[in-house]
Order: sequence, then structure tokens, then C-alpha cells
Amino acid sequence: MPLLDIRDLRIDFGSTRVVDGVSLSLAEGGCLAMVGESGCGKSVTALSIARLLPTPPARYAAGEIALQGRDVLRMTPAELRAIRGGVVSYVFQEPGASLNPVLRVGEQIRETLRLHRPREAGETEVARLLKQVGIPAPEQRTRDYPHQLSGGMQQRVMIAMALAAAPKLLVADEPTTALDVTIQAQIIELLAELRRQLGMAILLITHNLGIVGDLADRVAVMYAGQIVEEAATGDLLRRPLHPYTQALLRSAPVLGRKQDRLEAIPGTVPVPGQWPAGCRFAPRCPMARAECREQVPVLAPRGGDRLVRCPFAET
Amino acid sequence: MPLLDVQDLRVHFPVRGPLWSRPTVVRAVDGVSLTVEAGEAVGLVGESGCGKTTLGRAILRLVEPTAGRIVFDGREVTKLERGALRGLRRRMQMVFQDPFNSLNPRRTVGESVGEALDIHRLAPNRAARSERIAGLLTRVGLDPAHADRYPHEFSGGQRQRIGIARALAVDPQLLVCDEPVSALDVSVQAQVINLLRDVQRERGLAYLFISHDLAVVEHFCQRIAVMYLGRVVETGPARAVCRQPRHPYTQALLSAVPVVDPQSKRTRIILTGEVPSPLAPPPGCPFHPRCPVAEGRCRTEAPALRIGRDGRAAACHLAAD
Repeated sequence: MPLLDIRDLRIDFGSTRVVDGVSLSLAEGGCLAMVGESGCGKSVTALSIARLLPTPPARYAAGEIALQGRDVLRMTPAELRAIRGGVVSYVFQEPGASLNPVLRVGEQIRETLRLHRPREAGETEVARLLKQVGIPAPEQRTRDYPHQLSGGMQQRVMIAMALAAAPKLLVADEPTTALDVTIQAQIIELLAELRRQLGMAILLITHNLGIVGDLADRVAVMYAGQIVEEAATGDLLRRPLHPYTQALLRSAPVLGRKQDRLEAIPGTVPVPGQWPAGCRFAPRCPMARAECREQVPVLAPRGGDRLVRCPFAET
Repeated sequence: MPLLDVQDLRVHFPVRGPLWSRPTVVRAVDGVSLTVEAGEAVGLVGESGCGKTTLGRAILRLVEPTAGRIVFDGREVTKLERGALRGLRRRMQMVFQDPFNSLNPRRTVGESVGEALDIHRLAPNRAARSERIAGLLTRVGLDPAHADRYPHEFSGGQRQRIGIARALAVDPQLLVCDEPVSALDVSVQAQVINLLRDVQRERGLAYLFISHDLAVVEHFCQRIAVMYLGRVVETGPARAVCRQPRHPYTQALLSAVPVVDPQSKRTRIILTGEVPSPLAPPPGCPFHPRCPVAEGRCRTEAPALRIGRDGRAAACHLAAD
């Protein structure tokens, strides 16, 4: 049984669909990356796993989210409290906005411990967690307020808080986007190390295909509310099959590659509510044919263990 | 003679510390020299807090330099009276990172672009004015019929095109671009970079291109300057610096750039620690507390940036030429 198994999830905000039939699964200790641009639905999908979306305006229109075999969408408030933190924890993009500015960081970690592991909620465990996420002089840092720490250190504190509840799954939503490249490398390294040490599964949400290679076993690429391609990380990066994945990989400049012009993708990312009929990438796709604009292609298996939402993708 | 010549520029900001403590200064830019030739794109790279944005703003005198000289096309910018700045800004324009905050939400796009023409009296009459606005919007890839729309009706990439049209309106010689594509979706970034390069070629524009993204800078710029804690630590031709960085900081920065190719077996230099506060920069080489190869003299003696014959320089006691 997979740790997380999302089946045909559909989420609306008001009358606008933002997630449109997403299915994915993640084994214990595995790491899956969800990649996509703004408005593709990746963060909404991630938040739905612990049912963190405010309803209304959000509405779970269809599908199921099985976490350890039990559908999160049918859980009672008490059951939800038990899985939040205890089974699935989150780390977000802006650590500064996620931490309480008027509580010392040690106290914030202790708060999580008191909820999930009350017998261990002491100074020693707080310091051990801070040490585990690579914070130097943890005994002193517990007395700091968030503003006294840099962005990278704040993100480490967020990760320590997430670990305090000993979750089976860590959802990291753009965990390095707000950080400098040298710090970004440190945080990715830390997440990979924690995964090895603790056997914790990670769902990584990012817009940056560059960081998935160091962490994820599998990648799901999202576009306009749907998964358009899913494959093992190496296969996807080396030989992308969906035209969108191909275009995305080609459009970014690469260090050491000499090229006069970048291969830009024409047009703009369609916002929810304005998704085109048929294949949603068709208006920007160099390979689009007439039939692409009429029928929504299905996400179909292609060569071994990958899925592609394009009937004309070459294999 | 270079179009832009910055010599030993310093920008210090006074900071009030905790109550009763003595006021201190942040040395945001601390002795930077660099040049930009006409038609050339120079990249300014570094992490947050390194002073790259402050340097860009000081060149347009959007912040006042504390010391040093800025010479633009033979005239000393640092000595210009406030009133003379308008003439300067006709020839140097800025493109900002956030196209959402840098456009007035209550003005139509045509008004925003036209305002630049009005300030500098570049359109003799209404017909010429609207013709110019239409030409500029067309040039940046927007429909001129959309001139009477408001910024919220455009996507991020389109708004950045509007920002570029506004900067180009006054026919400048130098564009200071501060992270012009960082806020854009990946699939749209390439469009904007291609546009900037096209107008560079058409108009012989020079750029000071500020970015944290080394791959973008290597692609777009002919030369590059790497900043750390308010100083330039390495400079040279963009390709050479990116291929064979000499300063340990540039080496670490390059090795930290995420690479898509899963087969590339690079050794990643993970720097320990973080950028020190510019309130209390370390003595000697500012990079020594994080440097993997630092030795005795790095802790006491600040290395100078000497430009060699190949146009390259690294401020490091240990860097090989």
C-alpha cells in the first residue's frame, strides 16, 4: 500500500476549477517532485493532502486522497488533527511568514512537540532537532526570535518544526525559492540527508526543474490543473516526451551552452477559468494539430513506467 | 572611453542600532569600480545583500553615493545638480524586477509609457505621441490596440514588456535591469531575455544586468562582475569566468547552480555558513570565514582586485592567474 495515493482529485475555487483530475502516489520513504508554473495547481494539490484549503472558497469536487489507506476527504476533525503533523508535515516557501514573530524559535518547536510527543517536549529534544537540521550552537539559537535568523536558518527552523512531529511525509512547497543559490544547495542537501536518515517520504513542489535531480525519484509535470507527464527523474530530464516538458527544459539557459537565442515558449500560461478547450497546451505547442484543440488527451502509459498526456508524443 | 565608468564607489547607509548604542553604518557598496562600454551587456551577480541593487540604483542616483565617481559618457554623474538629473535619466533607464509593483495600477499602459515622453518633451503633438506609444508597444510584442488597458489586465510577462517599453520610450543608451526576469514564469523568461537582446542589437543599447541567476547572465552578458559583501570579487569576460572561475566564491556560486542534467557528475562546493552582516564585515578578505581554502593572511589582509591583461581579475590572495 502506498503512503499517499491521490485518485482523480478535482478541486474548485468558487465556480473555477483549479485542479482537474490529478492522480499520483508516493511510497513510504520515496520522493516525488511536482513541477509546474504559477497557477498550474501544484500547491493546491499539496495543501489538500492534509485538507488545509479553506472551504469555502475551496471545494473538493471529486476524487480521493488516501493517506496510509484512509481517505483524508472523509476524515472527522479529530482524525484530521491526528494526521496533521503526525503523518504529514509542511514546509513552505516563505519561512519568515510561517514562523510566529513574537515567539522564540525554541518555544515554537516545543509547541509542536507538546502536541505530538508530549513526553519528550524538553530543551534537549529541541536542541537535538535544531542540531539535526544543521543549526550551529543550537542551545543558544533556541532563545532567538525568528527575525534574528537569516532566511536559510529560518527555513531550517521550519524543517525542525516539521520533524518534531515525526511525520511519515514531508510536503516541501517551494522550500528554496526565496533563498540564495548557495543556501538553496544547503537546504536541498539537508532534505536529501533527512530522507536517508529518517526514511521520511518527501513531496517536493517546485517550479525549478534544476533542483529535482538531486532529490526526487519521480517527477510529475503539471500544466493548467492536470499532470501532463510523469516519469522517473532521470528519464524525464534526459528524454522528456510531452511537448510542454520538452519546451520547459529547452527554454532555460544552461551554463556552458552557447546559444544565440533562447527557445522561448510563445504565449502565456493560461490562468484557471481560462483553460482552452482540448489539450490545454495546444495554443503554445509547436506540434499541435487540429484535433488537439478539440479533444482533451488522456494521461496514458508510454514505454515502461511513464505517463504522457499527448497522443502524438514520440517514444 | 567607456560609456559608464564607476570608480571606487561607496554607498553607506547609517543605521540606528538598539537604544543607547552608537549609530553604525551598513557598507552596502564598499569600493566598487566597473565599466560598461557602449552596446555592451555587463552582468552583476551576487546573492541577496551583496549590494548589487544598491549599486545599480546609485548609478542612476536613485540613492546618493557616499564616495567615489560615476562618469557617464564623459560627464560626472556624481556632481550633477538635482535639476540636471532629468537629462541624465533620459539616457539611463531602469527596468525593475517586479512588474506588478513598478507600474501605476490606475494608469493605462499608454499613459504610463506616454508619461516618459511628456516628461522629456519627446512628442511634439498628440498624433506623434500616440504613434510613438503604438510603435513602442509593437516593438515589445504587445498589441498597440491595448494601450488603453490597465496593468491588471496583463500577465506578468506582458507587464515586464510594458516596463521595457516605458524604459525604451526616451531612447536611452544604458538600461539598468534589476532582476528583470526573476519574477516571471520559466516559460516566459526566455521571451523577455530574447526581447532585451533584440533591442540591444537594434539600438546599440548597453546593459547593466543585475541578477542572481548565473546561467541567465552567462547567456546574456559579455562581461560579468561577481559581488560579495559590497565589493567586486571577480570580473572578466562572462564565458571565461563561468567556465574557469578563479575566485573561490565564484567557484562555489557556480557549483551551486542547479543543473538539470542528471548525468553531470559535478562536485558541488557547499559553502558553510552564510553571508556575514554588512554591518560588521569580517576583517581581511570578506569571504574568508566561508572560504574552503582560506589561510593566515586572508584573515588580516584584504586582497586587491587587479585586472590582468586578459581582462580578468579575482580579489583573492590564492587565485592563480
